[in-house]
Amino acid sequence: MSILVDKNTKVICQGLTGSHGTFHTEQAIAYGTRMVGGVTPGKGGMVWKGGEAAKGAELPVFDTVAEARAATGADASVIYVPPAFAADSILEAIEAEIPLVVCITEGIPVLDMVKVRRALDGSKTRLVGPNCPGVITPGECKIGIMPGHIHRKGHVGVVSRSGTLTYEAVHQTTVAGLGQSTCVGIGGDPVKGTDFIDVLEMFLADDDTHSIIMIGEIGGSAEADAARFLAASRTKKPTVGFIAGVTAPPGRRMGHAGAIVSGGDDTAEAKIEAMKSAGIAVAPTPAAMGRTLLSLMKN
Amino acid sequence: MNIHEYQAKRILKEFGAPVAEGRPVYTAAEAEAAAKELPGPLYVVKAQIHAGGRGKGRFKEPEAGEKGGVRLAKSPEEAAAFARQMLGKTLVTKQTGPEGKVVGRIYIEDGSDIARELYLSVLVDRAVGRIAFIASTEGGMNIEEVAEETPDRIVTIHVDPATGCMPHHGRRVAKALGLDGALAKECAGLVAALYRAFVEKDMSLLEINPLIVTKDGRLRVLDAKAGFDSNALFRHPDILDLRDASEEDPLEIRASEFDLSYVKLDGNIGCMVNGAGLAMATMDIIKHYGAEPANFLDVGGGATKEKVTEAFKIITSDPGVKGILVNIFGGIMRCDIIAEGIIAAVKEVGLEVPLVVRLEGTNVELGKKILSGSGLAIIPADDLEDAAQKVVKAVGWGTE
Repeated sequence: MSILVDKNTKVICQGLTGSHGTFHTEQAIAYGTRMVGGVTPGKGGMVWKGGEAAKGAELPVFDTVAEARAATGADASVIYVPPAFAADSILEAIEAEIPLVVCITEGIPVLDMVKVRRALDGSKTRLVGPNCPGVITPGECKIGIMPGHIHRKGHVGVVSRSGTLTYEAVHQTTVAGLGQSTCVGIGGDPVKGTDFIDVLEMFLADDDTHSIIMIGEIGGSAEADAARFLAASRTKKPTVGFIAGVTAPPGRRMGHAGAIVSGGDDTAEAKIEAMKSAGIAVAPTPAAMGRTLLSLMKN
Repeated sequence: MNIHEYQAKRILKEFGAPVAEGRPVYTAAEAEAAAKELPGPLYVVKAQIHAGGRGKGRFKEPEAGEKGGVRLAKSPEEAAAFARQMLGKTLVTKQTGPEGKVVGRIYIEDGSDIARELYLSVLVDRAVGRIAFIASTEGGMNIEEVAEETPDRIVTIHVDPATGCMPHHGRRVAKALGLDGALAKECAGLVAALYRAFVEKDMSLLEINPLIVTKDGRLRVLDAKAGFDSNALFRHPDILDLRDASEEDPLEIRASEFDLSYVKLDGNIGCMVNGAGLAMATMDIIKHYGAEPANFLDVGGGATKEKVTEAFKIITSDPGVKGILVNIFGGIMRCDIIAEGIIAAVKEVGLEVPLVVRLEGTNVELGKKILSGSGLAIIPADDLEDAAQKVVKAVGWGTE
């Protein structure tokens, strides 16, 4: 088992014929992901042809997500649509009742995401992202922009707000010989589809996930909420945490739209404190995530 | 993106919020002329900088006088005198940092007789993903201190985006502010106006502190602060026009032109990293080993040779930089291409401080080979820990 995606997950790509959509779909096919089609309004009926990396694979293109879902039976959609149109694409996928939607797009207006978040209430869709690297179950299914080759099948569940920092954790657990069950990038935006607690709940229930690495950053209270959730949970799994932004000055946005210290509880120190009091082993540096987990599992 | 108080008030006025009459001015003569156009007899002379705490702030220069950045004048002549004292001087407030900000514009506003000071703001509450009104009877104070000391005096009211702002939201805000009768009705109108302004202009924060009740029983927006979602500026050219470049760091403006995310800090180790989280974590590990980062710099996922070169120029134009750490986890981005970008940048910009490079990811071996074969004095690092230790040591910090 794993969470969210596995070798049977059938995936469509919204924005398939754009440069990002094409490149990452080729990479996904090369990794072994079951890509089954794409959506580009106005290009329905066209056949998309992958390049060398995808060994010349062909995919049908549809005008709407509903058509794509009906024709392919897709379980998931990945979105590489530009920020001005991305919220509309997510809403279309929600209305088409796609069970899992992964939005990679960075730079979506916050108030667009407020509408999306409302539309998710009571819907049949789980949204991961936006502004995230995506979801990967190593050796089975890669949805997103992460480099497949640094992953290795194993039993660490990784959940993170940051893309390249996730790669750092993945690399360290691969080198340590642990490997990963599933890695979920929840994204760096303030309003998003899936938060730490949602993923932690899935990891705790997943037999294949034996331990967890959780990577947060400054801004918001999601990490502290997640720490309290873990502390109250009856199921326990060894968990390592890391929070980026100890040196970030208050009031300055550090790249991610959501990475800004505005109140008292969203500082790195407050989050690290919340993690420690929940029994999470906090890695002292970003280079020590794998090492911290390894020593935690030996004890 | 932030704008000045007078610009925020102009926008709020367009949406029907009660704002006093006022004029922005750039000279003392303009200040006097502006005051003469206002009803009087009191005129508020307000320094326009992108920072709060102006009233309690102090000017660095003694000739600016003892008073803060908000002064009450009894005549147009006095308004001109205050403007003359403040223009071109450096105002230091709680929010500007010790270096302060130079006052380039003044807002001359008609004076108000204050009976009560209230607090009202609009923001996106990320925990619930909805727009929220924050209301408090404790106006004119730092709201974070109120939240700490008397949290029961702060009321949060969320708005369901499916309905938008409804009359009952207005009634609840009025109740939270302790307003009744005609004032409650006026408040409900203000709440609707603020919500419309917030949504239609894609604001990230709209803060009215204080919102006042005048002695003749009316509501008035006495101070206003508006911030805008930079991701939404593409659909608001009118807001983009309000940008005051003199309020921003010139290096940060240059970086944004090249789609680089850069924040200047006070340390001496310049950083170039791909990804915001990793960039913050790189700053943190530098601090962990005893030194201070000179900047946050995220070159993004699709860094080209041009972007890497520009990033180098920006980092090295900060005279405080005594060493540079490049930390790239090449995912889709290939390390060999990054290595070539670094070499091209160093050849163009020159290298006067130690440069430590850590590469990881796709084609890492090839990337390292290109760097070592370049003949440049680049210090290679095996991993993030090694890189941080090497750069800290190179600038003469840390444990020797």
